[in-house]
Amino acid sequence: MGAPLTDRPAALRVQGLSVTFTGGPIEIPAVRDVTLDVGRGEVVALLGESGSGKSVTARAVMGLIDEHTRVDAEVLMLGDVDLLTTTTEQRRRLRGERMSLVLQDALSALNPVLTIGDQIGELFRVHRGASRKQARRHAIELLGLVGIPGPGQRVDEYPHQFSGGMRQRILIAMAIALEPEFLIADEPTTALDVTVQAQILELLDSLRTTLGMGILLITHDLGVVTEVADRLAVMYAGRVVERGDADSVLTRPAHPYTEALLRSVPQAAQRGGDLLTIPGSPPSPGQVPPACSFHTRCHMAIEVCRTVRPPLEPVAAGRLAACHRSQELLNGVPA
Amino acid sequence: MTTPLVLGATRGQSAVVLEATDLRRTFSVGSRLRPTHVSAVDGVSLQLRAGETLGVVGESGCGKSTLARMLVGLEKPDGGSLRYRGEDVTAGRLRDRRLLRRGVQMIFQDPYTSLDPRMTVGDIIAEPLAATRTLTGAKRRERVAELLDLVGLSPGMTSRFPHQFSGGQRQRIGIARALALEPDVLIADEPVSALDVSVQAQVINLLGDLQKRLGVSVLFIAHDLSVVRHIADRVAVMYLGRIAEVGDTATVYDTPAHPYTQALLSATPAVDRADRGRLARRRVLTGEPPSPANPPTGCRFNPRCWLATDVCRTEVPQLRELPGGSGRLVASHHAEQALAAPVV
Ligand SMILES: Nc1ncnc2c1ncn2[C@@H]1O[C@H](COP(=O)(O)OP(=O)(O)OP(=O)(O)O)[C@@H](O)[C@H]1O
Ligand SMILES: Nc1ncnc2c1ncn2[C@@H]1O[C@H](COP(=O)(O)OP(=O)(O)OP(=O)(O)O)[C@@H](O)[C@H]1O
Ligand SMILES: [Mg+2]
Ligand SMILES: [Mg+2]
Repeated sequence: MGAPLTDRPAALRVQGLSVTFTGGPIEIPAVRDVTLDVGRGEVVALLGESGSGKSVTARAVMGLIDEHTRVDAEVLMLGDVDLLTTTTEQRRRLRGERMSLVLQDALSALNPVLTIGDQIGELFRVHRGASRKQARRHAIELLGLVGIPGPGQRVDEYPHQFSGGMRQRILIAMAIALEPEFLIADEPTTALDVTVQAQILELLDSLRTTLGMGILLITHDLGVVTEVADRLAVMYAGRVVERGDADSVLTRPAHPYTEALLRSVPQAAQRGGDLLTIPGSPPSPGQVPPACSFHTRCHMAIEVCRTVRPPLEPVAAGRLAACHRSQELLNGVPA
Repeated sequence: MTTPLVLGATRGQSAVVLEATDLRRTFSVGSRLRPTHVSAVDGVSLQLRAGETLGVVGESGCGKSTLARMLVGLEKPDGGSLRYRGEDVTAGRLRDRRLLRRGVQMIFQDPYTSLDPRMTVGDIIAEPLAATRTLTGAKRRERVAELLDLVGLSPGMTSRFPHQFSGGQRQRIGIARALALEPDVLIADEPVSALDVSVQAQVINLLGDLQKRLGVSVLFIAHDLSVVRHIADRVAVMYLGRIAEVGDTATVYDTPAHPYTQALLSATPAVDRADRGRLARRRVLTGEPPSPANPPTGCRFNPRCWLATDVCRTEVPQLRELPGGSGRLVASHHAEQALAAPVV
């Protein structure tokens, strides 16, 4: 199961990753035993309900954690670099140079007292030894690349002077500035309208083909997933419950949670009526139901789902799912 | 644009709750010595009627959030006027602000910075309730638990701090806070953009339900066109600080009459995998993305418009109704031509 599902050289390999928050009265296991891989030049989408552990996974891979967080992993490799044995200082250098993260919260990720030009420019000065003037030129060029109008005029402005979507694009510009080989983009297009979103997706796509950048794309936007993902992984309550190539998972999900997720998308046909939702609330990581954590909300749950946790196992060529009833779901048995 | 247009006049019956007329807002940016001016909102008029949902869509940076902030009194307009239930509240006096705060609430686009990091979630949501001093402490806690439940968060989370929540959870905290006082107008700036589809569906259903039960009017800003289509009665399409087109949702989506609306609709990603690659076939907008610091003269869309002619470069197109009606208004010199040649 640990073997990569792709034949491309790996940009990132993660096996058995768990993240636990230890700061509170009880330990909170937010991510449990996650295995993932992203090949060079490949886009892997990470989907899942709000609070399922996607951003926590991303921060753990990047090494952006505080002292109240415990990270365990069997394997954590960036290309040929073993991230489990690098020092904090080595990790810091790798960030930006070889891997980078577009954070979900655009405004808090930017420094409010520095101009945008200085923040982007700093990357070139620190990592590339560029002069102030060169750094500024690079900054303007990058702002143009992510579609900020009048980049030359706006490079000297502060974060609060930009709109939500512009800030998000500034973060993207910073993440790709040094052309890393691996990028995690956490909800990179949530604040963008469709035309700008299309531009950004094209930009990421061209980086993937020209630089062979591997991209882990965290998103809840199934339109985006449909458009760009090669493979995808679906998380529920801290675990990966389904993995596989995008085409087959999207057309024929093997986990009832994935199926429910696909059904919640608003379609033109049902305008005005209630959208389909998954009954109940997502479990909080402190109180995940035992056995299969989805069983309390699953329309296919049977006795075994309440007593035995289904392992993530192969269900078809190139596909894994953690569900006792995957085969029935795949064979289209009405539940 | 000087004549205030009565947008949505066709709807007729229900009362106008919030009315903006010719709102403008310009920011000065850049160095103090060489300031440039960003025209963020330039003459926007709209009416929000009791119980309706007006969707607002448009390119990133076109002025949606600035408009929203003016509508709730958080940003003072440089020009134009704002009326709430017939009262002029443009001046932003203390009583104007109190009136607005009671009845008009905003869900912020940025769930991170709009929540005070030092307050627990319980306190954040109870804050508007405490400010109006209408409930006892115990009743307030009850109401907070009820609101959390309403947005799909466990009431056991009240003593946690914002940074301990995921992006979507924080967005729902902002929604719970906005709903605390049961406002009659909700200005929702990208309220569901950080939510996965299933929670998104819950929130959308929740808004629909509030509307049915309480007759809340909602101004719904979103970049997700399928969500807007699902919930909005009417849609306004903005381009660079102005309204390009506004009308009934079905009319605007099915027969867009502004070239910009056509381009926008053609860029929607498909939800069907078989339709993949749709983006590559979209109507690509040529030319530089426009800068509000240096807006084009005449029609602000003209440099990127495939139908542009000389008149577009000199004359600002006014919002007008097309012959044959349906109440939709469009601000384009070439709307008839656009309508005759739809982009697919
Ligand atoms: N610092 C923290 N302390 C305690 N719990 C935390 C902390 N950070 C996150 N969590 C919890 O961990 C869980 C996973 O959070 P995460 O941010 O990874 O979710 P997500 O999948 O990114 O969701 P979203 O789609 O809403 O962004 C959530 O239930 C969250 O409340
Ligand atoms: N405080 C400010 N100072 C200077 N310029 C500002 C300020 N607030 C907004 N602007 C500018 O006004 C324009 C409109 O911004 P606004 O936030 O209203 O856009 P938006 O339509 O909400 O975009 P998005 O979809 O990206 O959130 C942008 O060019 C922005 O940079
Ligand atoms: Mg997240
Ligand atoms: Mg905005």
